[in-house]
Amino acid sequence: MSRPEHIAPPEIFYGDVEARKYTDNSRIASIQADMAYRALELLNLPPGPAYLLDIGCGSGLSGEILEEEGHAWVGMDISPSMLEVALEREVEGDLFLQDAGQGMSFRPGTFDGAISISVLQWLCNADKQVNRPKARMHRFFSTLYASLRKGARAVFQFYPENDDQIQMITDVATRCGFEGGLLVDYPNSKKAKKYYLCLFAGQQTGVRNDMPRALGENGEMHPDDQRSIAYERRRAKHHKRRTTKNIKDKQWIMRKKGIARDRGEKQVARDSKYTGRKRKVRF
Amino acid sequence: MRLITHNMLQCHAKNCNVNNFPLRFENAEVELIEADFNPEFLINMLPKLEWNALATTAVQLGIANVPAQIPDNAAENEEFLKALHGLILETHVQQGQMVCNNCQHVYKITNGIPNMLLGEHEI
Repeated sequence: MSRPEHIAPPEIFYGDVEARKYTDNSRIASIQADMAYRALELLNLPPGPAYLLDIGCGSGLSGEILEEEGHAWVGMDISPSMLEVALEREVEGDLFLQDAGQGMSFRPGTFDGAISISVLQWLCNADKQVNRPKARMHRFFSTLYASLRKGARAVFQFYPENDDQIQMITDVATRCGFEGGLLVDYPNSKKAKKYYLCLFAGQQTGVRNDMPRALGENGEMHPDDQRSIAYERRRAKHHKRRTTKNIKDKQWIMRKKGIARDRGEKQVARDSKYTGRKRKVRF
Repeated sequence: MRLITHNMLQCHAKNCNVNNFPLRFENAEVELIEADFNPEFLINMLPKLEWNALATTAVQLGIANVPAQIPDNAAENEEFLKALHGLILETHVQQGQMVCNNCQHVYKITNGIPNMLLGEHEI
């Protein structure tokens, strides 16, 4: 299956049908919720309710997590269909129909933090001829930097296509004044591996900006992977048991032949030293 | 869209850097939706609010009794905080438009969602 951002621009890919399918899918909703929690954790906010920005909020799956944790949030998305689903779900955040590549429209120092779940890879493609991805990305990061309070963080969970893309994004972000870098959770797992871009907008006086620790660095596995491996072990044990002894040995063959002769079948083969002999395994 | 977020908005069209805030409301339909009172949040937001802009906007929307400036000791003034809560967190603009006083760009608001998409010439 090709990457969604190669199929169509986001406002078309996430049309009415897809928007509904996406939000109704319990597996997607659960993964999005997990990633939103992790992004919120990586924001390292001081205790108390904060005013946060959700970039590419879609139908509000991640915004609801922010609500649950007691924060006020503002969301923006380029797909009207997704925003409509968000309205139906009655999210508490203020929603905006906005293209992140055109820049943020907020006064300096507005937000205490920003999260973005599964969005950044969409900003890397040139959908219309006029748009140049790098220029759009630059406009996005520079205006985002301004709209964040000093010392605030922006955490982006995204699906990079390749290393070049990661390099381009981190280059532009750094040029716009951000510090920080890429964090990879469960780097050794194929399924559980997740990329989070953690950016710091300046420094709060007296507080050092340390990169948070990634999960799975010491070889600890994601619970889903642990379950998969336990299942594989069980399957291997079961599989081994079945290949040790073959029921159809010489004794069984002689018995079957006897039964056939008793029945009166005329074509039963003669018994010889070759009957049921062990043969060389040719496979 | 709540008034607290409107107070944070500025026009982001190309080269629109002066007088691009606050965005002027036209044909606005206001709705009051209840929300949980959280004094801690309001106190944290106080330094970020542009009070003059908020007062002007309230006048535009026909909301009366907005103080001209933040009273001293606002953090302890429960009456003020309750009024502030009603004004910025419970007042929603559901329909209408916002106009930039500088470049005259019109941002339409439908079902509480403002359309912030810019034209090709404004990027």
